[in-house]
Amino acid sequence: MSSAAVNKKKPDDAGIFLKILFYIFLIAGALVSIFPFYWMFVIGTNDKTGAFHVPPLLTPGKEFFNNFQRVLDRTDFFTALGNSVLVASAVTISVVFLCTLAGYAFAKYEFPLKKVLFVFVIATMLVPAQLGVLPLYVIMAKLHWIDSYKALIVPAMVNAFGIFWMRQYISSAVHSELIEAGRIDGGGHFRIFWNIAIPVVTPAMATLGILNFMNVWNDFFWPLVVLKNKEHYTIQLALQQLFTNKDGLDFGMIMSATFTATLPLLIVFLLFSKWIIAGLTSGAIKS
Amino acid sequence: MAEPATATPAQLIKSKKPFLNETRRSRITAYTFISPFFILFAIFGLYPILFTIYLSFFKWDALGPMKYVGFKNYHLIIDDPTFWISFSNTLIMALMGTVPQLILALFVAVMLNSAINRYKKTFRLLFFMPNITSIVAVTLVFSTMFGNNGMINWVLNSLGMDNVAFNSGWWGVKIAISTMVMWRWMGYNAIIFLSGLQSIPTDIYEASRIDGANRSQQLLFITLPLLRPFILFVTLISTIGSLQLFTEPYVFLGQSGSGATRQEGVTMVTYLYNEAFSNGFFGTAAASAVMLLIATIFFSVLNMVLSNRLGGDTGGKEA
Repeated sequence: MSSAAVNKKKPDDAGIFLKILFYIFLIAGALVSIFPFYWMFVIGTNDKTGAFHVPPLLTPGKEFFNNFQRVLDRTDFFTALGNSVLVASAVTISVVFLCTLAGYAFAKYEFPLKKVLFVFVIATMLVPAQLGVLPLYVIMAKLHWIDSYKALIVPAMVNAFGIFWMRQYISSAVHSELIEAGRIDGGGHFRIFWNIAIPVVTPAMATLGILNFMNVWNDFFWPLVVLKNKEHYTIQLALQQLFTNKDGLDFGMIMSATFTATLPLLIVFLLFSKWIIAGLTSGAIKS
Repeated sequence: MAEPATATPAQLIKSKKPFLNETRRSRITAYTFISPFFILFAIFGLYPILFTIYLSFFKWDALGPMKYVGFKNYHLIIDDPTFWISFSNTLIMALMGTVPQLILALFVAVMLNSAINRYKKTFRLLFFMPNITSIVAVTLVFSTMFGNNGMINWVLNSLGMDNVAFNSGWWGVKIAISTMVMWRWMGYNAIIFLSGLQSIPTDIYEASRIDGANRSQQLLFITLPLLRPFILFVTLISTIGSLQLFTEPYVFLGQSGSGATRQEGVTMVTYLYNEAFSNGFFGTAAASAVMLLIATIFFSVLNMVLSNRLGGDTGGKEA
């Protein structure tokens, strides 16, 4: 009897108990994932002692502007934000352009050593970048790029992940017939790239751009090494600066800054999340 | 690739200038298109790494002349207890931060992928959100939660447990830092696993169901083996990433300046950073970078060997 009843169900249907268990677990996980964002906001809007209130505070207060005023007293918050925007935009524009160009070459051209070179590109992804940090610092010193944005921008202008990403997309999205037709009509190589390939691969470029922007925006190690003057600090360095023990940690102030620095990225992410996650799941490590 | 034996009309026309025929022209174009990467990588990636190895045999403060000292830098760091503490800390935190995280991520991915889940997209988004915040921001938020009178200790107290010194205890610091790593990467890895799960064709499951396989058998004998490339990729990336742990301990312990070398939280990269940029010992810093490189290669190879071995075993049971 009971086995007959089970057979009638759709094969993928789990028991109601399992269903509830799944959702409880997923909802708990999702809450844990977003709680720190909310906590940032709660502490940023409460007064100095808010972080250690017993029992923990869970509702926003009214102190945000007071807290943020103290941020402005201690660091050049908006300058740092501007610096980050400048550096991240410059890197992103360059990465998107150069990676698309290289990805296009790997996807649509035949040339000697193509496979070897592409495997080499992939292999560089596995080498920890921090290993070369000392000589890189020395190179920057020789070039007089210490404390300049060039040190942050130039080495990051193109990367292996981006080339890999664009190659995957271009191989399937751009039809070789179109390129050949363009060649027969006498179009130059770059013109065909610009007029035929680029319009087709804009979505992949956008995804790469956003991912790259977030990475550069969130980088801490390399700016910490090369930036000396506080006026040149990126937002991450400015945030870290607030976290000092000098006169007791003022978490209200720290969190109001952290929240303000996170908000733009959060909004951008939520606007483009469909692209980003779809991109990640389709292009990340196929083949 | 090779030139055709008989000349095509195009080549006949261009036979006056054979050097710039269509094939050559397109090859030059391709090399030009890919050259920025190779040029920049040679200058800012490859050369620094090779120079690091060279530098590890010299005594140098980054300003004065370099002095050849042979393996002395290696002897120095091998004799330095802090180096070994940084080494074991890195491994402990790598284990604590990745193993439970990857298991959880796999569970989350399976649950997200299950047919009973109607809110896949929403959950995917929520789980991915931690990954977009900066590590500095994450560390600051978790610092308030893990404070002596912070939220986590309040929860522990309400459960009848004692306070844990998350910002100074040997295990406390490691737990706090691994938690940050887990929080930031679990959802990301779950989404990579999810894309792997979605690439498994559903008819394999249907066939196995007809053969009488239950859910756990399906998970063990179909899902996991077919997911192996994804598991390998994620484990590899996570291992390499956790060997480079820097920002979390640096910010979490760094409130008063040199806190990042405090024994309970010093990692290989904070050690390296401190040797070079606080102490000015570029030689020993380079030697520790080489040790990090060796560790990275060792664990990457170990990863691949282990996952091959495991894959082989499952295959054997299946047969």
